[in-house]
Amino acid sequence: MKKKRNRAAWLFLAPSLGGVLIFYLIPFGDVVRRSFLTAVTGEWKGLDNYKTVFQNEAFLLAAKNTARFAICCLPLLIGAGLLLAVLIAGHRRLKIFLSAYLLPMAIPSATVVLVWNMLFDRWGLFNGFCGRIAALAGWGHAFETDYMETGAAFWVLIVSYIWKNLGYTVTLWLAGLLSVPEQLKEAAAVDGAGRGQIFIKIVMPQLLPNLYTITVLSFINSFKVFREAYLVAGSYPHESIYMLQHLFNNWFVDLSLDKMAAAAVVTGAVMIGAILLLQYLWERDEGGPE
Amino acid sequence: MKKLWISKRTAKRIRGILAACPLAILAVIVCLPAALLLSGSITGEYEMHMLLSPLFGEEGSFVDWTWIPVFPDFSQFGKLLFASPQFFVLFWNSVKMVGMILAGQLFVAVPAAWAFSRYRFWMKKTLFLIYMILMLLPFQVMMLSQYLVLDRIELLNTHWAIILPAVFSTFPVFLVYRSFCGIPESLLEAARMDGAGEWYIFFRIGLPIGEGGILSALVLDFLECWNLIEQPLAFLKDKSLWPLSLYLPNIGIDQAGFAMAASVITLLPALCVFWFGQDYLEQGIAASGTKG
Repeated sequence: MKKKRNRAAWLFLAPSLGGVLIFYLIPFGDVVRRSFLTAVTGEWKGLDNYKTVFQNEAFLLAAKNTARFAICCLPLLIGAGLLLAVLIAGHRRLKIFLSAYLLPMAIPSATVVLVWNMLFDRWGLFNGFCGRIAALAGWGHAFETDYMETGAAFWVLIVSYIWKNLGYTVTLWLAGLLSVPEQLKEAAAVDGAGRGQIFIKIVMPQLLPNLYTITVLSFINSFKVFREAYLVAGSYPHESIYMLQHLFNNWFVDLSLDKMAAAAVVTGAVMIGAILLLQYLWERDEGGPE
Repeated sequence: MKKLWISKRTAKRIRGILAACPLAILAVIVCLPAALLLSGSITGEYEMHMLLSPLFGEEGSFVDWTWIPVFPDFSQFGKLLFASPQFFVLFWNSVKMVGMILAGQLFVAVPAAWAFSRYRFWMKKTLFLIYMILMLLPFQVMMLSQYLVLDRIELLNTHWAIILPAVFSTFPVFLVYRSFCGIPESLLEAARMDGAGEWYIFFRIGLPIGEGGILSALVLDFLECWNLIEQPLAFLKDKSLWPLSLYLPNIGIDQAGFAMAASVITLLPALCVFWFGQDYLEQGIAASGTKG
């Protein structure tokens, strides 16, 4: 009987596992192998490809920008998401606003390209709006930044990332907040704890596992800003937003397969390392796996 | 002792209104881009040109947007629907790819999620970890490997190059897994006692109870697939095979009205799914954040 069930499990899993092997695992193994070979002749090169990649200026710039982007956007998004979720959790009726925050998820990147161009041009709506506000306040500052052509492009990208992911993050926080048992909070209130104290001492520790997932998911989603960046600014945007995604895309177009293989292995290893580390911290905090 | 001059309930209500103001303002700002598209798509060509002239080098003034066009004009939609056959080709490309991907995922991911949630088997933990890592790796890391395998089986520059890897994406497995985990084991044991086979249990108990999770996965995946950029950009050379999501930005800003009408049409299916599937969307997001 047990054996029969075991066989059923493998049958259920087989289609998925087969596809994952064919389209993900085996080819990635091949990429790891290729990262040690020359692109055309397939001769053994040892770590040469890795050396090339780490000495490549474009790679260093792209890696720096990708890291900088993650370091800037993650705290902003996660913090803003928590703040909004707390407000909404305190007043359930405000949940109607959640729909508005989720809406950008449904808006395909391609459709906002035009809007971005209209907003962030030198003569765009955003500068116009700021100018008008400044004039109202009697402040004669001229707003003349051409956002996509200067370092400000980086912040445009941060804003568009937050715009797109805010609803997702608020929903994740909200799920965490609502799963904190009411009795815990009530017990603390009976013991004379204030609202702030309850939040910091009771609610926050309960939210720690959520923080791990939200961080991982937000980091993963941060790679998708490539869509906006690429569609608005093309393959070679301003150097402040030249990211690993651009680099991979450009190497792909040039068919620099050996460099790409090494870069894919390096990036993949860093990300898997980060994910496993977060997972480890998460499980340690919860006192071991289920 | 402090004297309360308002009752606790009023205080709570006032706090609620105070919290609502910033939330409402933010909600309006967040929705502005979509509103801009909608209003732009019904603005006449002449008016649009006037509004956007600062972008075409008539410098010295800023773009000034009238949110409700002075001369509403639906001709861009007419042009799009009746005079641009290539738009339909791309629209159907999108529909076909998204449809095939979602259907494929149903057949592949749902049984896999069932296996992970209901059975114990050799290497289960390791496999699950591998699935989780695959779910989290960005496309760029997998780009070369996918290219190599698609090249090997000669599917490059066909829709299958986009569909097949997406069908085996491990993300839906996770979402559906969460909903299957909630089914009490005793229910399945009872069914087994009554002589139900494993397939029967899956179809008659698993699927109906896991329906919510499956729909969540479909909604999230639809929004994701309708927005595919990286994969078609890398694997489809032929522009007639492109999905809408990749084609739209190629319409120049000099045809802004047309581009906006096309954007609105592209937006509509996603908005419909969003509108009708919002509860599932929220559940799906919440499930993606629970520990696997």
